[in-house]
Amino acid sequence: MARSTPEIPNASMADIAFLLLTFFLVTTTIPNNKGLSIALPPPPEANPPDDVKIQERNMFKIQINSSDALLIEGEPREDIRTLKDEIKAFVLNNGKDPSSSDNPEKAIVSFKTDRGTSHKRFIELLDIVQAAYYDIYAEQAGVTNQEFRDAASDLSIPKNKAIYEKGRAGIPLNISIADPTKVGN
Amino acid sequence: MAKFKKKTNVKQDIPTSSMPDVVFMLLFFFMVTTEMRKTSLEVKQQIPKATQLRKLMRKSLVANLYVGEPTKVQQYGKEPKIQADDLFIDTKDIIRWVNEQKAKLDEVERDQLTVSLKVDKDAKRGLIADIETELRKANARKLLYSTLEESDRN
Repeated sequence: MARSTPEIPNASMADIAFLLLTFFLVTTTIPNNKGLSIALPPPPEANPPDDVKIQERNMFKIQINSSDALLIEGEPREDIRTLKDEIKAFVLNNGKDPSSSDNPEKAIVSFKTDRGTSHKRFIELLDIVQAAYYDIYAEQAGVTNQEFRDAASDLSIPKNKAIYEKGRAGIPLNISIADPTKVGN
Repeated sequence: MAKFKKKTNVKQDIPTSSMPDVVFMLLFFFMVTTEMRKTSLEVKQQIPKATQLRKLMRKSLVANLYVGEPTKVQQYGKEPKIQADDLFIDTKDIIRWVNEQKAKLDEVERDQLTVSLKVDKDAKRGLIADIETELRKANARKLLYSTLEESDRN
């Protein structure tokens, strides 16, 4: 005697799954928690007007005007491909070249923008400066640039913290971002 | 004339029995990798690209500020605006906004708040610098310029 076996109809399963898939596709965004991380200086009032004189040789000046043109160490510049290596050489000069920095602790990369400078240009330059510093840190810690940044992202793991501290030893991330000038808006 | 018509025994159907499995796999992928959009964006967001990215590990410690030209130009004009959660705020409201964000966190974690600035690439430095000044006043000094990943230039 033929007995009918109980079965759940599964022809519509694909349809249901497609429906759910479409729902998730439409309602969700891929999270982007990545970016260039910086630490802001303390609030303006808390800082007494400092009389600390920074020697000219310890400053690497990057100026961007309202039409996104560059002035690096006082010289107009278009090609920025060699900039990363210049900053690395500047930070790691250790007094060799009398016109460059005394030591990495005193070396400061100074940014000056205009109110009309576009965010895109600013990020482009900040990226190059950070690349120079992270390269230095990574080399000192004996890892690659990517590995160093991954370690720096999560300092709760002791191994990462060790890499981070080894890389940063003696070389602070001295990036100064000055208040913008008011030419363009 | 030769006969071209061949007799074939090959079935021409695409097997569809595995389709639900494939679709479910896709479904699970999207369910796991994505998160719900909490705020609807009212500003243009073309995020600039950079190479030296760092990742924020703890999402609960991140507060987002969106800056860009409003999408409804007719209503709000062309000047870039700051959007926090679901509304536009002024630079002078930022201190209050930061304090609200800090109040949501545990007391021990309040100084670890990171502000993620999602800025349209055409926005100007002037506005961003104003935001930074306010953030300094509000003592929220961990800042992240949100960027997309770019493959290395060299």
